[in-house]
Amino acid sequence: MSEVTIIMNEQAITVPAGTTILTAARENGIEIPTLCHDPEVSRYGGCRLCVVEVAGWGSLPAACVTEVRPDMVIETESARVLEARRTILELLLANHPEDCLTCEKTGACALQDYAYRYGVRRDAFLGERQNHPLEADNPFIIRDMNKCILCGKCVRVCSEVVGRSAIDFSHRGFRARVATALDEGLQQSGCVFCGSCLEVCPVGALTEKKGRGKGRPWEMTSVTTTCPYCGVGCQLKLQVKNQRVIGARAGGSGLNGRHLCVKGRFGHGFIHHPDRLKKPLLRKEGVLQEVSWSEALAYTAQRLSQVKQQSGGAAIGVLASARISNEENYLLNKFARRVLATNNLDHCARL
Amino acid sequence: MTNSIDEIAGADFILAIGSNTTEAHPIISLRIRRAVQRGATLVVVDPRKTELAELAGQHLQLVSGTDIILLNSLVHVILEEGLWNQEFVQSRCEGLAELKQAVEPYTPKYAEQLTGIPAAVLQQTARGYAQAAKATVVYTMGLTQHVSGTDNVLALTNLVLLCGQIGRESTGINPLRGQNNVQGACDMGALPNVFTGYQPVADDACRQKFAEAWGGPLPAQPGLTLGQMMDAAQQETLKAMYIVGENPVLADADANHVAAALAKLDFLVVQDIFLTETAKLADVVLPAVSFAEKDGTFTNTERRVQRVRQAVPPVGDSLADWQITSALSNLLGYPMPYGHPEEIFRELVKVTPSYAGMTYARLEQAGIQWPCPQADHPGTPFLHQGEFVRGKGKFHAVHYLSPAELPDEQYPLLLNTGRRLFHYHTGSMTLRTGLQEICPEERLDISLQDAAALGLNQGERVRLTSRRGTVISSVHISDRVPQGMVFASFHFPEVAINQLTNDARCPKSNISEFKICAVKIEKI
Repeated sequence: MSEVTIIMNEQAITVPAGTTILTAARENGIEIPTLCHDPEVSRYGGCRLCVVEVAGWGSLPAACVTEVRPDMVIETESARVLEARRTILELLLANHPEDCLTCEKTGACALQDYAYRYGVRRDAFLGERQNHPLEADNPFIIRDMNKCILCGKCVRVCSEVVGRSAIDFSHRGFRARVATALDEGLQQSGCVFCGSCLEVCPVGALTEKKGRGKGRPWEMTSVTTTCPYCGVGCQLKLQVKNQRVIGARAGGSGLNGRHLCVKGRFGHGFIHHPDRLKKPLLRKEGVLQEVSWSEALAYTAQRLSQVKQQSGGAAIGVLASARISNEENYLLNKFARRVLATNNLDHCARL
Repeated sequence: MTNSIDEIAGADFILAIGSNTTEAHPIISLRIRRAVQRGATLVVVDPRKTELAELAGQHLQLVSGTDIILLNSLVHVILEEGLWNQEFVQSRCEGLAELKQAVEPYTPKYAEQLTGIPAAVLQQTARGYAQAAKATVVYTMGLTQHVSGTDNVLALTNLVLLCGQIGRESTGINPLRGQNNVQGACDMGALPNVFTGYQPVADDACRQKFAEAWGGPLPAQPGLTLGQMMDAAQQETLKAMYIVGENPVLADADANHVAAALAKLDFLVVQDIFLTETAKLADVVLPAVSFAEKDGTFTNTERRVQRVRQAVPPVGDSLADWQITSALSNLLGYPMPYGHPEEIFRELVKVTPSYAGMTYARLEQAGIQWPCPQADHPGTPFLHQGEFVRGKGKFHAVHYLSPAELPDEQYPLLLNTGRRLFHYHTGSMTLRTGLQEICPEERLDISLQDAAALGLNQGERVRLTSRRGTVISSVHISDRVPQGMVFASFHFPEVAINQLTNDARCPKSNISEFKICAVKIEKI
């Protein structure tokens, strides 16, 4: 493949032909802001925040969709570029609720970060604002289209990666927004609630319903672990605050990247469910009653020992589990064969 | 899986058999979708019109249970048309003569009559699979949960070997495993006939090795499978059971039989995170912790051993399963003095050759796929490169075996069972999450034709009965199922569908025929 050399911010950079200015910059440690760009989905070029100045070019091209050409001389933070970016942000903020105080996305919002970085407030343009009702008629995702900046990442991830196309742009111009077919709500749209749209949304337009008011991003500890459902082994980042699991995000790398299914992303409520068993139970006079660990274990050991002595290990069966860890299955293997002297050991592999 | 999940996206031809991938393994379905976007051919073999079938270029909507006929006919076409990989078969396989003889009667015309798939479609599928640069097979329980389950897999293996579509990147035979650590449980020897790493208990050298590692004698005779244990409990030869993290009262076929068997035990101890239907029958219930409250490892369907990390403290007085088993063992006079799961992992890799090169430190980033025999081995993304474990790949002559119970006049419909997207297994976890709000109840899928014949409207309630039990469910009229079939999940205790399913088992693997039994429906 042929290579192209360009000058970016007075630095000579050589990249393969066909590389975009944005990729060339990022691979060389030069940060260019983007709102609509996502390397996993098709190039869009919609937000224009990534504009750069190319010597000899009349207009400012969007770095995410413009491929490098030989001998291009590029400035990523020139005065013209900064002015254009500020104007773009001013236009976005003119139609964006300034409720960062209560917005779930505060601290993890790209628009907030860029407004801060470029020193932009909302007062530059005043005019009509969107006034859409909050869409929350499903258990998992709240859609606040007043905060949507129309970057289209959710539309593209739903169509190109997940393959559902549950949402798309509707209407035109100022009235344009992301909607389901016939505005029927996500639950009627064919949405499978994988939450990949939540993962890519750069602002507070899409937020997790159950996590609302439960904690700020910086208050959470993120613990990477493996999903407890099917055998794919997706990596989860459990969001923990005050010793409780508040939410789950995709691991971000590995086999599932930023994607999960509805169970992995939203199916963690069982962890702190009030039905969880908290003490051992022992059947006394026909009824299961709470007892201490020492009583439950002593009774169990005594009964297992009794059966083993009277009828032999082969009269005992052990079901290990496809739900517990390797270490725990190994111990059950050892316990059954060595301690109980039985090979009657199996698990739910055939389900 | 012989291959890695990522490799699926690189295949040119994907044959998916009995796999409802978009619902049961959603993230793997994204890879299949990516392959299709790249231009790969997807052929789906399934009696139901699943979402994956809709994505497929060709949906082979076969008559339930006729998989061997279909697969043997593909082999027949490939042999007849000389499309097989002669170099691969000659250098790496044995038993071709037996295979040729076995598939001789399975002409596409004959297969068309029994499977319902047009002969031309079978021929086209055979040619597409055999001639693809990289063909991969994906299968799940739709292939295996039959009385001919093992032979179904062998018939599939014949096809794979004959075309040499194995042992390379993106070519192979990939069972998608359905539970977070079902691969690991098997790897760790939670089976009646093997120690860790599939080392047979009946093999003197293996048993000797473990007897030395564990400091004492070990029984030589392979034990009972889960289904056989239930039979033995019923016959009162099995007297006590220790059940960890399983709910057979809802999960196993012919569940009434299972509950009756457990009731006959002298002693039942159940270890779980909720008071499941099985735990309610126990003499002792031991509260365990969930995945979020402990450290350890799970092994996924692509043989990748990955870390599980504790995020929150144990709920109430619950303990990790390893702590409970250790405490019981201590009381029974065999000390298990472990302080952390990593100590157990260090011990198990010493006796498990396929895990021997793994440490928690090495698993930290992205896990490792077994086999990983040494500390400097990077793990194995795909298996069977150059040589099979047994040396030569063996063709098996397998023939169609009729399902154990097919619809008849008294029970005129076929009941198929499986999973739905929003729930998991017996619902003990997912029914206690927000998923319950979006999918609150079981709805039996039924075809428009059968619903019309029974005078049923969408959502009406019916009594569904087999020779073994009865449940009440509402119906969902759907074109996902063909005429003559109804489909239900086993996720909802209120519709305990396994009270109806047939416990007829594959004689080789002891898997039950969850996918086929005869039922009748009455409107209520």
